[in-house]
Amino acid sequence: MTTDVAVEMITVVIDGFEVTVPKGTLIIRAAEKLGIQIPRFCDHPLLAPAGACRQCLVDVEINGRAFPKPQASCTIPVEPNMIVKTQLTSPVAEKAQQGMMELLLINHPLDCPVCDKGGECPLQNQAMSTGRSESRFTGVKRTFEKPINISSQVLLDRERCVLCARCTRFSEQIAGDPFITLNERGALQQVGIYEKDPFNSYFSGNTVQICPVGALTGASYRFRARPFDLVSTPSACEHCASGCALRTDVRRGKTLRRLAGDDASVNEEWNCDKGRWAFKYLSSKERVTSPLVRGEDGELHEASWPEAITRVAAGLAGKRAGVLVGGRVTVEDAYGYAKFARVTLGTNDIDFRSRPHTDEEATFLASTAIDLKTTYLDIDKADHVVLVNFEPEDESPIVFLRVYKQVRKRDLNVTTVAPFASRGSQKLNANIVSTFDDVKNLTEKSVVLVGERAAEVPGLLSAIAATKSAKIAWIPRRSGERGALEAGALGNILPGGRPVTDAAARIDVQSAWGVESLPAEAGRSSAEILTSLNTAGGLEAVVIGGVDPVDISADALGQLLNSFVVSLEISHSAVTAIADVVLPVAAVTEKAGTFLDWEGRERSFDQAIDGTLTRSDVRILSMIADEMQKPILLPSVTAAAKELLSLGKWDGAKVAKPSLPSSKQTPVSGNQAVLTSWRQLIDLGSLQAGEENLAATARPAVAVISAKRAEGLNVSNGDLLKVSNERGSVVVPAQIADISDEKVWLPRNSQGSQTIVAFGAAEGCLVSVVKA
Amino acid sequence: MSKLKPVLSANWDDADSFTLEGYRRNGGYKASKTALNMDPDAVIQLIKDSGLRGRGGAGFPTGMKWGFIPQNDGKDHYLVVNADESEPGTCKDMPLLMANPHSLIEGIIIGSYAIRANYAFIYLRGEVVHVFRRVQQAIEDAYAAGLLGKNVNGKGFDLELVLHAGAGAYICGEETALLDSLEGFRGQPRLRPPFPAIAGLYARPTVVNNVESIASVPAIIGNGVEWFQAMGTEKSKGFTLYSLSGHVKNPGQFEAPLGITLREILEMAGGMREGHTLKFWTPGGSSTPMFTQEHLDVPLDYEGVGAAGSMLGTKALQIFDETTCVVRAVLRWTEFYKHESCGKCTPCREGTWWLVQALKELEAGRGTSADLDKLLDIVDNIAGRSFCALADGAASPIVSSMKYFREEYQRHLDLGSCPFDPIASTLFSGARA
Repeated sequence: MTTDVAVEMITVVIDGFEVTVPKGTLIIRAAEKLGIQIPRFCDHPLLAPAGACRQCLVDVEINGRAFPKPQASCTIPVEPNMIVKTQLTSPVAEKAQQGMMELLLINHPLDCPVCDKGGECPLQNQAMSTGRSESRFTGVKRTFEKPINISSQVLLDRERCVLCARCTRFSEQIAGDPFITLNERGALQQVGIYEKDPFNSYFSGNTVQICPVGALTGASYRFRARPFDLVSTPSACEHCASGCALRTDVRRGKTLRRLAGDDASVNEEWNCDKGRWAFKYLSSKERVTSPLVRGEDGELHEASWPEAITRVAAGLAGKRAGVLVGGRVTVEDAYGYAKFARVTLGTNDIDFRSRPHTDEEATFLASTAIDLKTTYLDIDKADHVVLVNFEPEDESPIVFLRVYKQVRKRDLNVTTVAPFASRGSQKLNANIVSTFDDVKNLTEKSVVLVGERAAEVPGLLSAIAATKSAKIAWIPRRSGERGALEAGALGNILPGGRPVTDAAARIDVQSAWGVESLPAEAGRSSAEILTSLNTAGGLEAVVIGGVDPVDISADALGQLLNSFVVSLEISHSAVTAIADVVLPVAAVTEKAGTFLDWEGRERSFDQAIDGTLTRSDVRILSMIADEMQKPILLPSVTAAAKELLSLGKWDGAKVAKPSLPSSKQTPVSGNQAVLTSWRQLIDLGSLQAGEENLAATARPAVAVISAKRAEGLNVSNGDLLKVSNERGSVVVPAQIADISDEKVWLPRNSQGSQTIVAFGAAEGCLVSVVKA
Repeated sequence: MSKLKPVLSANWDDADSFTLEGYRRNGGYKASKTALNMDPDAVIQLIKDSGLRGRGGAGFPTGMKWGFIPQNDGKDHYLVVNADESEPGTCKDMPLLMANPHSLIEGIIIGSYAIRANYAFIYLRGEVVHVFRRVQQAIEDAYAAGLLGKNVNGKGFDLELVLHAGAGAYICGEETALLDSLEGFRGQPRLRPPFPAIAGLYARPTVVNNVESIASVPAIIGNGVEWFQAMGTEKSKGFTLYSLSGHVKNPGQFEAPLGITLREILEMAGGMREGHTLKFWTPGGSSTPMFTQEHLDVPLDYEGVGAAGSMLGTKALQIFDETTCVVRAVLRWTEFYKHESCGKCTPCREGTWWLVQALKELEAGRGTSADLDKLLDIVDNIAGRSFCALADGAASPIVSSMKYFREEYQRHLDLGSCPFDPIASTLFSGARA
């Protein structure tokens, strides 16, 4: 809001230097602008001031009148005619700071050599810069049992804690999860959880990162490394489309830690626990380490790259083949798949959507989503945020933090089109409506955030596409989807949003690629690619890049049998088990690349691990294309990035917007209910494999039903419910909420509730709900 | 003629002074009638004119505090009475509430009316269950008599009064910590600004007043500004309750005009314990720097005590005779501050932890005179560096005792032990032998 208004500037003098800063700037920040570092612990630029640690005391004078005592520079905003003297120019401030440091250390254990924070510890560093050379304390230090688990993934060493309250303030002010708090008083004050109620916030890892001492540590990293042995690489998160900047810390070729990176316009300084801790899959024993070729005996055997590539080329030659790209590819890799499908395989049968999808959605993506330019900043300035089939806390957590920030700051109006008020919606104080038609008060400053699940409601994306009075954003769950869309890894568009049915658009691409012609008919979708396999005149082969086909359809694996399947994968999976050739590809830390976040903003990253033998998908596709003598000429990530850039965006006519009417839900009766679901942030997703500490903080699976249905079934919260259809069933505890009497909600892919596996569907199908 | 001026305590000897009937018999609840017929702003002005200053310790002008409440802001206003009396040595609010609870309730009616508050709260120290019961009964009686609730006295003014028991924390006497505690949070002081007058209880404009300040209001309304101003000194007007305790013949509450001296109060109390002489004393509880013999004639008003290097505080006159080891007394107080530190800020939390250990060493006679300098230096790093005034209070007895009795500290170190017999300072000292 403030960005549109001229900000009043104030000039103050700090240590004899003038600095001009916006009104409201705290002294400690103004000093930073001059390069004057005032020591601090509780101060954090994104948290409300606490003034608790008292380390940042400085002498302040206003209009010639000096404060009688040194003041905490983290709590006082600058004022005109203010003169500040920090430890650099005021002996009083210097002594106050030294005294404070001495006091902070009297109860702090001297266990730096075994502390995770040692070497990157603000207490250690500032004790060196601001402390006395030796302590005068000869008494008895306060001790606690150590450490205690405040969740399965966060450990607390109370002895080390300086009680700055950063963690508790973060949890309350940023995440909206006040699950930790300060208990007791005096020197026995300590951070604690509610009895038997662990710190299971999706954002808990941030507290470990902002802890200025080694009091909070991550279970997965504890005692694993010394900071000075780590090599850090700025990176981008592969888990969702939020676009977090990350830092990947590697020691001797192994990723040991990931931290939230700073990007004020995207993730500020935060990330979610999945982005922070779900990286064990990178070094899993399940990684595919060499090409595998299925032999005469029906088993996979290790093969050389030339042998495997030859086998792929031979298998694909002369066959009608489709490409399943998956939603986690980089833009460069997606571009490789897009070009490979068109040039080498001669088909538009390519789709990045490994999730429930429709033709209406493909039309929406090619006509509307590809042009969307809504950003995080629009959320900051919005007068109304509407969430459409989108649960940001589960599906794009940094979007959640951003909306929550405005809700907290200025009571931002939030409406959500959702079956019931999830915990995230409750925190956003969102107004719940059941359909998009019920959303009122949209203005040009309103922001409509559309989730990928909008595709699951016929007519919804058509209605969204027709909306004129608000800023629209399409927020897929996976990190690669927006990039894959731009790269043309979809059946109805070529790179840059060029419609495949538009001759001029094809000519554009043909000349850039140096090919005679490109297929002119829109290709099959993911589900259609699978169902056309083994049918007369249908597809005979499929190239699968990092897709779990069960995400598309419960029958996918059966459909893949008896076709020629090429799998480009990082780890062994259900697909590699039946594939004819398996080609190992590089995981994110092993390659460079770019994701486009939901805004369309480029999130480029470098290789974090040097010297690996794995290659990016685009490089492998290029080798196959060469072998098939229909080259795509993309030998490297850089080559792909350059070529995509030079192609540019299509400025001609777009695919027409979708115009599907909405359909009425058929009424249900008796124990019948309409299934609705979404994926929770922490669930059985394949990239979370191997990280048990994270998995233990997942929200347990429940079946959400209305009070009326609960009464009819004579169940209360926690009683087991059996939800089933003709394919299968799940049995989970009931949770009564404000959901429609006709619906039942289940987590889509959680322990104990995988809806596509159980019911063959994720949304909208009829199930029966009975007491188990 | 006695120097006493009993107003709040005038009828404490009546068997039924604490009842509504007893209070009314002595003229109670007339002032609130008068006030409710006045314009609220005129009530504020009257209290401003009277010169009444806060009796909780800081001495801030009560009328000015009321005047800070923004009017016509469309928000609820609250009056909160701080009855969390826990300053060591202070025992004025509790006896007042035991003997004369209706004076507080009447003061609350007037104060709430003046600041346009329809809700008032008494935050009472939780340990004093007998006082809680008595105030609770008084409130019930006031409700039954139509003095509280809807349409007070038929004047169209609504007032709900809530009595809240604290959970036993000294810090909750600090007004913002009190508000946090009253809201159901842990009692820890809040960052200011915003001040309570702008965003206090539930972020609404709030006045927090001490029991005695509010209880003094009906008398001022009833007797007039001139009557009140005739008492006291130039800048410290009116009467107040002094709590006398320790090695004196007759300890208790002495209600007198501000500016009376300890010499005068001691006289009325029958002097020191038989055969003993005054060694040191606190003018306003342990958080105020201690005085000695030489301060017997310091006028006990805000300015007089301030000029002599201490603070009037809660007017808790703790008297110690020559049998008392000052180091031991200071250690006891410091243990209190360590126990009561809320833990929010470093100097108070860690500092009091350290000071107790340092004083224990000194009291046992371990250390050198360098350790005395170190003690003063630690205190220098604590006082004036903390989030609220608790740590300043913790520093006061140490700094002032070192000022007047450094040689006594040194004597401990020279002897290698405490030179005092701790039993000699107790009440049962004579029983030995």
